[in-house]
Amino acid sequence: MSQLPVLKSGITLAVIAAICTGLVALTWQLTAARITANEQAWLERSLQPALAGLSFDNNVIESMMTLQPPHDLPGSGPAIVYRVYAKDEPVAALFVISARDGYSGPIRVLIGIDVAGAVTGVRVIEHRETPGLGDQVEANKSDWVLQFDGHSLRDPALDDWAIRRDGGEFDQLTGASVTPRAIIKAIKATLLYFDDHADAIFAARADIEAQAGD
Amino acid sequence: MPTRLKNRLMDGLWRENPGLVQLLGLCPLLAVTVTFVNGLGLGIATLMVLMASNALVSLTRRWLQPEIRIPIYVLIIASLVTCIELLFKAWAPALDRSLGIFIPLIVTNCAIVARAEVFASRNSVRDSIVDGFVMGTGFAVLLMAIGAFRELLGQGTIFARMDLLLGGEPMRGIVIADGGWLLLVLPPGAFFSLALAIAAKNAIDRRQRETGGTLLRRTRPLNR
Repeated sequence: MSQLPVLKSGITLAVIAAICTGLVALTWQLTAARITANEQAWLERSLQPALAGLSFDNNVIESMMTLQPPHDLPGSGPAIVYRVYAKDEPVAALFVISARDGYSGPIRVLIGIDVAGAVTGVRVIEHRETPGLGDQVEANKSDWVLQFDGHSLRDPALDDWAIRRDGGEFDQLTGASVTPRAIIKAIKATLLYFDDHADAIFAARADIEAQAGD
Repeated sequence: MPTRLKNRLMDGLWRENPGLVQLLGLCPLLAVTVTFVNGLGLGIATLMVLMASNALVSLTRRWLQPEIRIPIYVLIIASLVTCIELLFKAWAPALDRSLGIFIPLIVTNCAIVARAEVFASRNSVRDSIVDGFVMGTGFAVLLMAIGAFRELLGQGTIFARMDLLLGGEPMRGIVIADGGWLLLVLPPGAFFSLALAIAAKNAIDRRQRETGGTLLRRTRPLNR
């Protein structure tokens, strides 16, 4: 007789768990398509700034390639590269890398570089820098991040890829120098990587992405 | 408005405000209220979860055995939060990104378990939904007030980034000053703001008691 209350509790719990799971499953059914579409759209929108002004004909998102560490790009985790082609000829590469020396935690940065080695666009995708100071690197907060467009390893010279305070060519931000330094360093390292590996990046097919960084 | 409903609304908004008086759910309250729109977004999500969880707990109260009631609350609340998170991801993806981990963390908001235990498990479905509504509204209003306060003094704007909820192009909101008092944006600012809000409420309550104001008095005794 003493097991009966336990059995009753168990059954009640099981029934309620089944109902709750059903509710979640139903909601998932109703929202899954929309969520996938949203994520796709968000990805496209976040790549857009580095694609503006380029003419290309491939599906950039499908051209994604993951570079597993160790690689020479900034950040210790995997880096992501999107390849942009026009009639199978390389046009540009978009890197999503993590700059590690920010003020608080890694800064995810999108860097677009065209075949000639010039920056097509830089955007900070994710960061935890101080609001009001370091967050001026966001494109919707200030124009700071737009100053890199068109620059390459030869313009300015390699040693001038730094903020003015450090004797470089680029503007700093009032009250924040750690964040701009980290981002400029990341752009420079990515440009150098692209200079060395451009052929490999554009030649590698998406389906052999796993080997690309090994 | 019926007197009873008015009383209940004042309970949620003022006399028994989950954040100001019961001091429940402080983790999300302190963490997301950097801007008005974040407060509004999390407020709406919490309100939806609270109403739905109160309704479901009240519906199942007949089969509730005391020894398994807590696991049942947790099951119900966790499923509802997952549903709400999916709905946010589908219809307000930008806000979902901005609130980040704090939507799933609604599960741990003790204000919700507290209402399930104190109210919904003992009252009718209709009363429980009303309770979820008034308590959720009280919490949401506090989130918005603290969010607006910190945004105004910390960044010098108000209603910035409303596009997170409404969609469309990024909105800068109403810009009042170019920058502000950084401390309020940082985590300590959240504690200071909440402390100021509680102090203000206590000061108003004391004045009300001295002058015999109506804010503290229920129009008719409320039978629970």
